[in-house]
Amino acid sequence: MKHEWPLWEIFIRGQHGMSHRHVGSLHAPDAEMAIKNARDVYTRRNEGVSIWVVEAVNVAASSPEDKGAFYEPSNSKVYRHPTFFDIPDEVGSM
Amino acid sequence: MDANLFQYLLRLGDNTLVLGHRVSEWCGHAPVLEEDIALANTALDLIGQTQLWLGLAAEVEGKGRDADQLAMQRDIWDFRNLLLVELPNGDFGRTLMRQFLFDAWQVINLGRLMNSSDPRVAEIAAKASKEAAYHVERSADTVVGLGDGTEESHARMQAALEYLWPYVGEMFLGDEVDAAMVAAGIAPDPASLRAEYDALIGRVIKTATLEIPDSSFAHKGGKTGVFHTEHLGHMLCSMQWLQRAYPGASW
Repeated sequence: MKHEWPLWEIFIRGQHGMSHRHVGSLHAPDAEMAIKNARDVYTRRNEGVSIWVVEAVNVAASSPEDKGAFYEPSNSKVYRHPTFFDIPDEVGSM
Repeated sequence: MDANLFQYLLRLGDNTLVLGHRVSEWCGHAPVLEEDIALANTALDLIGQTQLWLGLAAEVEGKGRDADQLAMQRDIWDFRNLLLVELPNGDFGRTLMRQFLFDAWQVINLGRLMNSSDPRVAEIAAKASKEAAYHVERSADTVVGLGDGTEESHARMQAALEYLWPYVGEMFLGDEVDAAMVAAGIAPDPASLRAEYDALIGRVIKTATLEIPDSSFAHKGGKTGVFHTEHLGHMLCSMQWLQRAYPGASW
């Protein structure tokens, strides 16, 4: 018999943030309790307005060994970064 | 001073004070980290509500006392909490069953107090009711999870319900203080909360596959201060010793 509750990854959208951010992980028996636990563990100081929970086994992750092949080719391609444009203030956060 | 209002506010404040302290006893001892944090949060919410109720009680009393003095420098015979909240924690299941039986009453009572003729009472009730709504959601979920859980958790929850049930009735008993509050439009008649309470807990207990004991016997005396269980004195010993040993000591 399995005694451990599954692990959940917690994402919270802050008061002023625009997207959900990963804040950590916790254990809970189901999704509803994971949201309640996240409320108690991560939003005690008014950090959030929205909570997402994802069971950790459902997160597919890139492998650290692929780092070179995945990311290095973009190092020399400075033109991929929009650093040559002035962004108007009205656009807000990008 | 309005002696009846003072008594009524002590009852509200002592309920949250005593239960808050009981729940805080789990801090560092809960079965899992997440529950430990959740219980500590609940305890802090209850202590926060206590500051408001006892703060108002002290103001109504008008003798220069404050919430801290009422909490830490009264002795057992001056406490006006329900017997239910002073009972020892027992196992985790019994703690959560006690929490649920209290939260269900608290959320209904606060809902009525939000319409109090006394704006100070209505304001505190409005603030506290948001916390109470979350508390009852959480404790109800846990009662269902454990009741409808394993054979062992089910048996423990049924035993908890049977142990605690005789302490439920006191929440609905009225006396002359309640009658004065009803007459002044400050608070509801306790008996008038029973139907809504029975519907709420009936639904949750049924989902939890548990059975409410077939008995209406009710221990009483806590909220009137006539008598408390032997457990409250022990609790006050550990809760109050610092202020008793070093009166006025501050953080």
